[in-house]
Amino acid sequence: MSISERLLQAHGTDLVEEPSRDGVPTFRVAREKIEDVCRFLRKDETEPMDMLMDLCGVDYRDRQDRFEVVYQLFNTPNHVRIRLKTSCPESDPSVPSVYGVWKGADWFEREVFDMYGVSFSGHPDLRRLLTGEYFKGHPLRKDYEPGKRFPVTEADIYRPPAGKADEGDFETMLVNVGPTHPAMHGTFRVMARLDGEKIVWADTEIGYLHRCFEKMSETHNYQQVIPYTDRLNYCSSFLNNVAYTKTIEEMMGLEIPERTQAVRVILGEFSRIMDHCVCLGTNLVDLGALTNYWYYYQIREEIYTLLEKCCGARLTTAYTRIGGLSKDIPEDFGEMVDYLLKIIPPLIDDVDKIVTKNRIFQMRTMGVGGITPENAIEWGWTGPCLRAAGVPYDVRKAFPYYGYDRYDWEVPVGTTGDTFDRYTVRMEEIRQSLRIIRQAADSLPGGPIMVDDPRVHLPGKDEVYNTMEGLIYHFEKVMFGLTPPEGDWYGFSEGANGELGFYVVSDGTPNPYRVRCRPPCFAIYQAFREMLEGHMVADIVAILGSLNVIAGELDR
Amino acid sequence: MEQFFLTSTLKRMYDWAQGWAQGNSMWPLPFGTACCAIEFMSIVSSHYDLARHGAEVVRFSPRQADLMIVAGTIVDKLAPTLKRVYEQMAEPKWVISMGVCASTGGFYRAYHVMQGIDEIVPVDVYVPGCPPNPEGLYYAILKLREEVLKRRMKGEEPGVDF
Repeated sequence: MSISERLLQAHGTDLVEEPSRDGVPTFRVAREKIEDVCRFLRKDETEPMDMLMDLCGVDYRDRQDRFEVVYQLFNTPNHVRIRLKTSCPESDPSVPSVYGVWKGADWFEREVFDMYGVSFSGHPDLRRLLTGEYFKGHPLRKDYEPGKRFPVTEADIYRPPAGKADEGDFETMLVNVGPTHPAMHGTFRVMARLDGEKIVWADTEIGYLHRCFEKMSETHNYQQVIPYTDRLNYCSSFLNNVAYTKTIEEMMGLEIPERTQAVRVILGEFSRIMDHCVCLGTNLVDLGALTNYWYYYQIREEIYTLLEKCCGARLTTAYTRIGGLSKDIPEDFGEMVDYLLKIIPPLIDDVDKIVTKNRIFQMRTMGVGGITPENAIEWGWTGPCLRAAGVPYDVRKAFPYYGYDRYDWEVPVGTTGDTFDRYTVRMEEIRQSLRIIRQAADSLPGGPIMVDDPRVHLPGKDEVYNTMEGLIYHFEKVMFGLTPPEGDWYGFSEGANGELGFYVVSDGTPNPYRVRCRPPCFAIYQAFREMLEGHMVADIVAILGSLNVIAGELDR
Repeated sequence: MEQFFLTSTLKRMYDWAQGWAQGNSMWPLPFGTACCAIEFMSIVSSHYDLARHGAEVVRFSPRQADLMIVAGTIVDKLAPTLKRVYEQMAEPKWVISMGVCASTGGFYRAYHVMQGIDEIVPVDVYVPGCPPNPEGLYYAILKLREEVLKRRMKGEEPGVDF
């Protein structure tokens, strides 16, 4: 008996099963019962839904219950997914909070509150998250004008929660780090209350790079969203392109050619290496080890050369198209990959020799910022940070796509989940990525790069000028764009930081109705303030660097 | 008459020396927020090596820097911080706006993005690109150096207004 059947048996009166297009069992729950249902799923004995993967809002303007809240639940050991939906009317926009069930709901609920104005009753600290108190209205509501801004003065950017930061305690002091502190990567802010050098309480403030990705997606068509996805996790743009286009392709039922799949694997793994290089390089710089940064950046520069040759851009690639790639790979792709595979391992080994056994480095990182696997799952962690804590969940292994199951590679796992483990896991992942690239490059098939489907493929010029069908398809594509069938879809793949999900709602028009990006480091960073407690103030930079929080993805 | 001639020559020599020194040892403050900051990191790392032009001393303290490179999108929430950091820099100071987001808001015509940092701080050189190539930023820094030297030669204060 599956978890869905048990759920229907126990709570059959509170929910109805809905048809879902992506195969995830979906239930619409009465909003009074959402907490009970969630608690039931969380406490299930055989397949507990131990992770709240995503929680997002959707504004269906024409429905009576206007605001919908969507919960994506996940069972980590068995990789089972369930989706819950609940909704509330505009007159009473309130839903019970599930913070008591999963702590990871914390920031997700705050974001929905900020963006849609849905208040979560029972949430301990319901403030705006990405914008601030200066902001009027709720920007992701459909009736909000996309370009309407509110001027900000210095006074109203950040207000610490009442009662915590302003305690009149003479023994402790409040220290503000960021947002322009170099170790805070320009966009994070931490308020820490110190007792001596020890942190007794901390609060994190984000939104300093909230670029309105989700609102911008709604005002563009499906192809035009691809450049926006570049700028989510800008250290590994190509992986975001892949995650987004993969979702839309699945929505439209497209089977992309094998050659494209292999190219996406190769460039995706190179992007993962680049991302890990930035993460490790900056983390080590923050700890005072500057030399390695040059080694890591040399790797990046070499990979940039390949990307630039493929798509013309170094950083923001926008190389994928829905149904394939924007153009075929260059002729000397194979030689360039061979060259990269030859020069990257020595650079990695050099860093390994300099850093891994370094005593200062070990003292700064071992036992610092550790997290238990239960806690990591509770907060919704995925990716290298979760694997460092000892949970071997990797989307590429659990839900293989693009032939990842054909390649021979392993998932590196840590034990204590501390900063040192996160470093070693990332170092090992670079090596595993190189293994995958080697195999994929050796078996790179020929053939077309775009799927031969008139819904997405713009016909060639001679076809347009000489055949009737070509002209019609061209006209339709250019005038109306591409339209996935109506409905919602949660697509996911392994980004550099963890599971990068896109929850896309289509209403059958060329513009997406809703594009929700499930950013992996959003879930990771929300646990940061709790991890800090009990650590020294200098550990803030060590832990933050190892979490690889990318502001573009965090704030979107 | 003779005295006037002497002082003006001395003044010219002094101005030239100051312009030469200032232009050739810019200490940049990277106000990096987003993708452009990653490209800025490329510039200071070994491949492009900004040190060749005397600008390798990256200062995160505004009081020690004379060139602010705004790399990345500035959103409304961060704008007061940017203004504060700019005001904390000592004169003479210059600003390079790196990338279209900092220059015009780029393709984020949205509710939380500043449509160009010149809304709040004066900008000396705009660098187009999303993100600009390192060569682009290089060109901006060299261009700025040229301008600084030229202004000094004319006996004008190089500053916020050009």
